[in-house]
Amino acid sequence: MSLKNYPRVADWLTTDGDSLLIHTGKVDIGQRISTALVRIVQEELALPLLQIGIAPVRTGHAPDEGITSGSNSIEHSGRAVASAAATLRKHVLDMAIAQHGGDRADWVLEDGHVQRAGTNLRLGLVELARDLPPDLPVDPDLPRHVPGAAPAPDMRGISAMVQGRYTFLHDLDLPGMWHARRVSPPHARATLREIDQTALDKAQVRGLHVLRDGSFIAVAGPREWDVVKTATSLGLACTWDLHGGLPEADVLAQLTAATAQRFPVVNGTPQQAPVPDPLPAPDLSARFERPYQMHGALAPSAAMAEWTGERLILHSHSQGIYPLREAIADSLGLMPDQVDITHVPGSGCYGHNGADDATYETALVAMALPGTPILLKWSREDEHAWEPFAPAMAVQVDASLTDGRITALSAEAFSDTHRGRPRPGPNRAGPAKLLANRFRADPLPPFVAPPNMGTHAGMHRNLDPIYGFAEIRLVKNLVQNLPHRTSAMRCLGAVANVFALESLMDEAAQTAGTDPIAFRIAHLTDPRAIAVLRDLDRRLAALPPVAEGMGRGIAYAQYKNAMTRVGMAVDLSVTDTAEVRLDRVTIVADAGRVIDPDGLIAQLEGGVMQAASWALHEEVTWDRNGITSRDWDSYPVLRFDNVPDFDISLLEDNALPSVGAGEASPGPTVAAIANAIFAATGLRLRRMPFTADAITQAALAL
Amino acid sequence: MGARRPVSLRLTINGTAHDITSDPDTPLVYVLRDELKLKGTKLGCGLEQCGACAVMVDGKLVLSCVTPVEAFAGKNVTTIEGIAETEIGQRVQQAFVEETAAQCGYCTSGLVVAATALLVDNPAPDRATTKAALTPHLCRCGSHPRVLRAIEKAAKA
Repeated sequence: MSLKNYPRVADWLTTDGDSLLIHTGKVDIGQRISTALVRIVQEELALPLLQIGIAPVRTGHAPDEGITSGSNSIEHSGRAVASAAATLRKHVLDMAIAQHGGDRADWVLEDGHVQRAGTNLRLGLVELARDLPPDLPVDPDLPRHVPGAAPAPDMRGISAMVQGRYTFLHDLDLPGMWHARRVSPPHARATLREIDQTALDKAQVRGLHVLRDGSFIAVAGPREWDVVKTATSLGLACTWDLHGGLPEADVLAQLTAATAQRFPVVNGTPQQAPVPDPLPAPDLSARFERPYQMHGALAPSAAMAEWTGERLILHSHSQGIYPLREAIADSLGLMPDQVDITHVPGSGCYGHNGADDATYETALVAMALPGTPILLKWSREDEHAWEPFAPAMAVQVDASLTDGRITALSAEAFSDTHRGRPRPGPNRAGPAKLLANRFRADPLPPFVAPPNMGTHAGMHRNLDPIYGFAEIRLVKNLVQNLPHRTSAMRCLGAVANVFALESLMDEAAQTAGTDPIAFRIAHLTDPRAIAVLRDLDRRLAALPPVAEGMGRGIAYAQYKNAMTRVGMAVDLSVTDTAEVRLDRVTIVADAGRVIDPDGLIAQLEGGVMQAASWALHEEVTWDRNGITSRDWDSYPVLRFDNVPDFDISLLEDNALPSVGAGEASPGPTVAAIANAIFAATGLRLRRMPFTADAITQAALAL
Repeated sequence: MGARRPVSLRLTINGTAHDITSDPDTPLVYVLRDELKLKGTKLGCGLEQCGACAVMVDGKLVLSCVTPVEAFAGKNVTTIEGIAETEIGQRVQQAFVEETAAQCGYCTSGLVVAATALLVDNPAPDRATTKAALTPHLCRCGSHPRVLRAIEKAAKA
């Protein structure tokens, strides 16, 4: 996809002084893509790290690679940069031969040079690359260079991070810059009736600017703390019309076929067709549930904006600067080329968080204050209450067993949309998905997403089991008009789907009286999946037996049925007070050719930690007056006191393509934890999170 | 709001004295970041719940996002920018680099400061002690296992 739109070597690699500059449309969101791209160029061209740079990701300059999401960066940008580098490699070698003779076998790439073996003839690689034709097309079919033993680069930015010198968006500081904060409504349905004039006067006396556009309110001023305090007092000075408040009914109970748009799913793809009948008299039948959960980025969203009178200069930690540019331009009646967005890192990003909304809101403030750069930050409470949540989801699984094998499986997923990003589309879909447009004077109605009919997309990602069951019935159930705005969060539907399917596999293995790894292998045909599970089995066999009172849970999944394969075991115990204590996580993963092994392991570990937090702690709560999980006390997450030991091994094969890994481990983590709780206690937990309360309730229900 | 007049006070940050004038209720983190341009200390919650804003005050770990700046007058504040002044701080930073103990890096300043404060207090903490010491600190990317390894490495170095 990336190469199709940007077919020239110069789209991806240019010379910059003595260096090669990598151009990418994918942004660093904590997943180390820039480090991986540097590694690809380093390996392909034997170039010293000092000679490799990465261009800023900026609209009008960087290739438009859409959204940095879906574990696609290595397959999109990585493949494009690798092919561009391979093409460059071939051509600089050709140039050396043309200038100095010999044939291909006489020349090697070494330490930034093209060297004629056995001579002292050394030509600078970057120097040669400067003379490449500017329209040289990337040859996507050139063989990749087999990596040598060059030491892997440190993660980009790590030295600056440990010294506090790494610049996050929140750290930008321009002369004359003003700070800004939103004054947030109590909830999404509220509209502003009035602001007490005394509070507005006070703000004015203090030299602050209050922007009021319908029910969207923000305050800006030169001193940040002044702005923070004034935003708080203005919030107290607002009177809101509440329009009945938020609906309080149990959302999980509303996730039913009766309220859904229903689509059978065949080979991972939803169909416009009648839904097949349920399995008659299944042997196993269970429903699995996940509440609304949040990204909960460590840094609340932020953006910087300046309106010059003609151009809107934005800095954003959005995952998709090009789609965001379209949505903002459309919202403000500007031409897209009047809007210039540069990506600057925010804190870790796990999907569609508040970044896009904050960027637009900062632009609104900047448009009101031409010539003044505005740095707007959401508060912690803003982030917790207003980011687009991961939708609440339910998965109903039914299975028939014959002679110890699953012969028929039905899986039905139910949720609201996982796709709320401000992408352009019919009915001004881009602007309709920017939060502030619901509150401005001429509000746009909330966006209602059409069903996502893509393969392994949205809610039905990983609904299709990778196991070879004789009969499979899959249904996607899109339920809308639920209380909260939802969008993409790491793994989308794969979290609940893998939780459900791998819990079912565990239960079926137990029913069949078979070892859970052997049971899975018996239903698999993919040799790489089998190799992963066999290796996991060997590693577990080498461990001491699971101690008394501990439980071990197994899970296997291949993200999107196409990316990294992960086999996992979680060992844990459940305390007398029903708290889950994580002890050990053993992972075997196959991501094909591995570019940055430590980066891959970091993604697998990080995915386990985040998913363990989802599994054990996280749940968005609300009442009619608004979101009640508004900080880290009311929305608890996993902390350092419950970090397991890790043993992660990679089955590498340089002959295989590299596949994405950023979302490979969370799904199996939730399932392995649930299965381990069963092993430790005999309790099947089927609703996330598995809190002490939930475990106690399950025990009482026995 | 703003009922009190700005005060002048002297802060000692990383060994350097700064005379500043500020609203007395301004939390220290805003003074560090906005007035002194020491951007290494991060704001994550403003509620003392996440640890991103950790600094050391007279050798002890303190969160800087709530307590007003006037409470720090006359005390020695060490921020992430001053952590390398001590040998333990350097060891911690080095170990974080070697273990790649960060993903996005937003929690890293606070964790490096916390790890340094821990090792100043206890040169050889066991893992349970380290976990307990870091529990006020959030990391949302899941760099926890690396952070624990880095601290153990720094302690042994």
